[in-house]
Amino acid sequence: MRVSFETIDNILIAELDGELDHHTAKEVRDEIDKTIDAFFIKHLIFDFKNVTFMDSSGIGVIIGRYNKIHDMNGKVGVFNCNKYVDKIFAVSDLYSIVDKFHDADEAIKVFNK
Amino acid sequence: MTYHNRMKLEFINKSENESFARVAVAAFVSQMDPTIEELIELKTALSEAVTNSIIHAYDKSQEGIIEIYCTIKEYTVQVIIEDHGIGIEDINKAREPLYTSKPEQERSGMGFTVMETFVDELDVQSLPGEGTKVTMKKTLNRDIH
Repeated sequence: MRVSFETIDNILIAELDGELDHHTAKEVRDEIDKTIDAFFIKHLIFDFKNVTFMDSSGIGVIIGRYNKIHDMNGKVGVFNCNKYVDKIFAVSDLYSIVDKFHDADEAIKVFNK
Repeated sequence: MTYHNRMKLEFINKSENESFARVAVAAFVSQMDPTIEELIELKTALSEAVTNSIIHAYDKSQEGIIEIYCTIKEYTVQVIIEDHGIGIEDINKAREPLYTSKPEQERSGMGFTVMETFVDELDVQSLPGEGTKVTMKKTLNRDIH
């Protein structure tokens, strides 16, 4: 899995590309944590557009980052989730702590308020 | 005569084999002409079971075997994921949403819940010290085949 980043002010957008499972989760979280620290990031948004597969390992990655961001009073969001990813997030009640957006613009507008 | 086919797969407890197991089972099941939805749902459930065996069954330094038995009977696919590791002390607790014995590894505790969400039947047999056997069944939608 590849992760590419874009920053807008203190918001980090992490674009995930490939399969997110237990095997790939470790490098994904290391990459994201490194980037959060390096750029003094407050809010984090995940772009799931190019995620071709995800199991519950993805929930762990998001909750782990949520704990980090939440400690700094930031918020976490997701967008472009396909229906399988969405179902996994829904059954795990992830949306009670993480916001679901239509696109990056909506997320940025809400988080920049 | 009903259609019947089966296969067996065996690999060691390396996380690289999670994607291998998904691809291999998906390739075998493809002969049933499943929909993309059915295939993704089965792959996701399978991935959870294989990941459980890799994370929990064996000590990381120890090489352990994971077996997958896949049986097709007409429109139903049965996948058994079996390991010979430490086993599960309390299966009901392990199946509870959000329960994990490895929170430090950022495991969500949602593996069994996701399996239940994506297959029709799920059975878990385990004996401490002997291993764990997860059986999942999914019947493909006949109307569209």
